Amino acid sequence: MNARILGVAAFAACLAMPVYAAVALSDAAGSYTISPSGSSIRFTIGKAGGGGFDGAFGRFKGTIRIDNSDVGRSKVDLTIYPESVGTGQGRIDAFLRSDAVFDAANNPEIQFRSTSITRTGDTTAVVTGRLTARGKTFPEKFTAELGGLKSGTIKFHVTGKVLRSRYGMDVGTPLYSNVVDFDMTLTGRRG
Amino acid sequence: MQTSITNTPTRYGWAMIVLHWLIGIIFIGQFVLGYVMVRIESQRTSFELIQLHKSFGFLLLGLIILRIAWRLGNAAPALPASVGTLERRTAPLAHFALYAFQVALPLSGWALVSVSTLEIPTMPFNLFVMPNLPLTESDASESFWTSAHWYLAYAGIALVALHIAAALRHHFLLRDAVLTRIITPSSSGE
Repeated sequence: MNARILGVAAFAACLAMPVYAAVALSDAAGSYTISPSGSSIRFTIGKAGGGGFDGAFGRFKGTIRIDNSDVGRSKVDLTIYPESVGTGQGRIDAFLRSDAVFDAANNPEIQFRSTSITRTGDTTAVVTGRLTARGKTFPEKFTAELGGLKSGTIKFHVTGKVLRSRYGMDVGTPLYSNVVDFDMTLTGRRG
Repeated sequence: MQTSITNTPTRYGWAMIVLHWLIGIIFIGQFVLGYVMVRIESQRTSFELIQLHKSFGFLLLGLIILRIAWRLGNAAPALPASVGTLERRTAPLAHFALYAFQVALPLSGWALVSVSTLEIPTMPFNLFVMPNLPLTESDASESFWTSAHWYLAYAGIALVALHIAAALRHHFLLRDAVLTRIITPSSSGE
């Protein structure tokens, strides 16, 4: 736990003082591969009348590259396999995979490619990028918060809202909200 | 000659006529929609048709409550004197059964969506959220109410077919006013 707090502090410090903290920065800088263990991509969609339904993607891959000198030039790539969606209800999963929603057979990947990263605090940043799903691409924004940094492992908590109607997935509105709330934990391992 | 909203001893008023045909058309439409919506290949279209079926089901429930209230305050016109004893006895039973199906079908559908483990909300015509009936959801209850709704639908549509056949028999074979009096309203002159 101490190491983790130190890690966060070190990363925060290096973000705040890139010129003076070259040694600390070298701790975080580098390329990371998102590791399925320690990572999760969950989402919630609100329902009319209250409540919502939760789901998660079981399979995804990606990389996080932290730039040595300029956080803004850091980069995140994430690929999600919609076939792996799970809600705990098999009939809903089948519906989500079908051409009613993801059309996973014809569109096996959902991709996010960051275009810019803007720091908003000691441990937070806004990640802007292009999200592609069902052949449609739109700019989206996610908030990333550094959750841990230690010995070759970096962890971010990422949240963001995506309007599903833009990607041809508006089925069920207004029974189900158009807004999909993402809540991800992305753990990257160096290398 | 002005048409009358209420029934007279021999004729139906236009309120009952409008309710009769509106409910009849929606009832048959619901049967067709219900049959198609669970067989159609597109999951999206299927989902949307099911929501439409739920909307019309609640409309039907509202209309039938109105119709029963109206019927209780407005005696149905007497059958023509030419109608035989057997039919004089069985027709009210058939009509009572038709009313029972009109109530039971929307209610069983409501029960079905209430116990479904899919927990899909109900918004009739996207206007408002219809609460679920206070029933416990489970896969077993869902399959029970799915079957109940289907059996009621098939039995109900069979009874409607009998009702239509009887009406056509009156019009074309017996040549009495049983069919025409549910088309042309009573008038205030009667």
